[in-house]
Amino acid sequence: MELISPTEFAKDTVQTVQDYSHLAGQSIANLFRYPRYFADMLQQADLIGVGSLPIVILTGFFTGAVLALNSANTLQRFGSLSLLGQLVSVGMVRELGPVLTGLMVAGRNSSGMASELGSMVVTEQIDAMRALGTDPMKKLVTPRVISTVFMLFFLTIISDLLGLVGGGAVARGLLGMDSHQYWSSAWQILTFQDVFMGLVKPLLFGFVISTVGCYYGISARGGTQGVGRATTQAVVASSVFILLVDFFATKLLMAIFGYR
Amino acid sequence: MAAPPTAIEQRLPSQPDAAANIVVFENVSIAFEDKPVLDGISFRLAKGETKAIFGVAGSGKSTILKLTLGLVKPDDGRIYVLGDDVTQMSEDALFELRRKIGMVFQESALFDSLSVRENVAFRLLEEGHVSEEEVEKRVREALSFVEMEEAVNKFPAELSGGMRRRVAIARAIVTQPEVLLYDSPTGGLDPVTSTTIIQLIVKQRDVYQTSSLLVTHRLQDAFIMATHYFDRKANEMRPLPPGSRGEIPMAFLILRDGKVIFDGDARELAQSKDEYIREYIS
Repeated sequence: MELISPTEFAKDTVQTVQDYSHLAGQSIANLFRYPRYFADMLQQADLIGVGSLPIVILTGFFTGAVLALNSANTLQRFGSLSLLGQLVSVGMVRELGPVLTGLMVAGRNSSGMASELGSMVVTEQIDAMRALGTDPMKKLVTPRVISTVFMLFFLTIISDLLGLVGGGAVARGLLGMDSHQYWSSAWQILTFQDVFMGLVKPLLFGFVISTVGCYYGISARGGTQGVGRATTQAVVASSVFILLVDFFATKLLMAIFGYR
Repeated sequence: MAAPPTAIEQRLPSQPDAAANIVVFENVSIAFEDKPVLDGISFRLAKGETKAIFGVAGSGKSTILKLTLGLVKPDDGRIYVLGDDVTQMSEDALFELRRKIGMVFQESALFDSLSVRENVAFRLLEEGHVSEEEVEKRVREALSFVEMEEAVNKFPAELSGGMRRRVAIARAIVTQPEVLLYDSPTGGLDPVTSTTIIQLIVKQRDVYQTSSLLVTHRLQDAFIMATHYFDRKANEMRPLPPGSRGEIPMAFLILRDGKVIFDGDARELAQSKDEYIREYIS
């Protein structure tokens, strides 16, 4: 492996941060500039949103189910099995729904964006697009960012709901709890703050997933090997960023809402 | 037999002025990763002229085309395209300018998720103000020009290398640009297909008299272009009648070690005493 000097490493890191910030800023700024590619946004929304639906449904359902199974064991020791609905509800809506949906969509779509755009870079299709007078940032990046942010919001709601259904299925089927008790406790515990926290996060995660995927795709170099490397880096970076952003967003929102 | 195209002396002013020059490079230098690729090169492309650019691999031929389009910026020097200084223009202004320039990329660079029709129509659809009927008409015309009408509904993956180049030419000419840039249009093709592509380039040159820069490794392609014209009646490329000179607006530019070592016409090239050039053309 080639060793790189600390100066070069620092320069590369600063350059990467600068390029990523530029791409992320441009993707938002392009919303206010013509032309706007609504057809491309709809196409991406279909690919990202509808295409991710099966994995989001499965992830949400089984996460809720396994959360109920694990929590029931502990709650039973304290004779508080009736709180199961509350635990699954808060856990899914505030944290697990947004994060796991974000991670699943990152695995599926961040890699897809990196490989698709990376292939276009190495086959000169991006240069051809620029040569034909079209801005690839407007045509390719902005529609992906907008669609991912928009669709991840709704995918998270679906995931939360399916998580509650999964928890409910375990509570009723395996633990013999009353369904009404489960659902009423799950519903009553939720406050505006919980729902708000759970719905702000997918907006941030959607932005991270799409901008990271597009960044690694657009900056891919070195033929098919470079595209493969960009794809892997996109998944790793977007997953790590989701967890980092989750921590800081949770901390900030808790401070805003006065949680301890 | 149809008459050859207008003599170059009639079409080009003897002293090039700013208006007659479509592309002007002035002391342009560029380096990649501290390795100089172009070192203070200067040349002009006159209106209606075709200039073939030669040089060994890595000599900066394709970089000249990318610099012309403003896809990369030079480290030093000025580049004027259609009177605009591309080195000083913003990316948004460059998008406007690029609409007047057609480019055929080395590996065609067709959008693989779009059909041939969508590829050729791409620029027209992006402009937004062209009616569907007009788009269809112009796509058919462009594909007919390159004799690829039957492939209109195919995808790039279904086409051979030569067919892709022809579609790339159709995409480049669909808006009738003022300048055409060809990056190794015959690279990797068999001799028969190469001749077909050269015939299309000659046809574009002689029918529409578009100024163009042609990057190629194949000297014979440029010599064919310098010694042939397109007969519109016969719809084929034909050699110039014996004894005719200067009828073809064709120039040659040779790069070596980042410098221009030759810039002139076919006759001057053939008479050059430079050892490197003699070896290159032998």
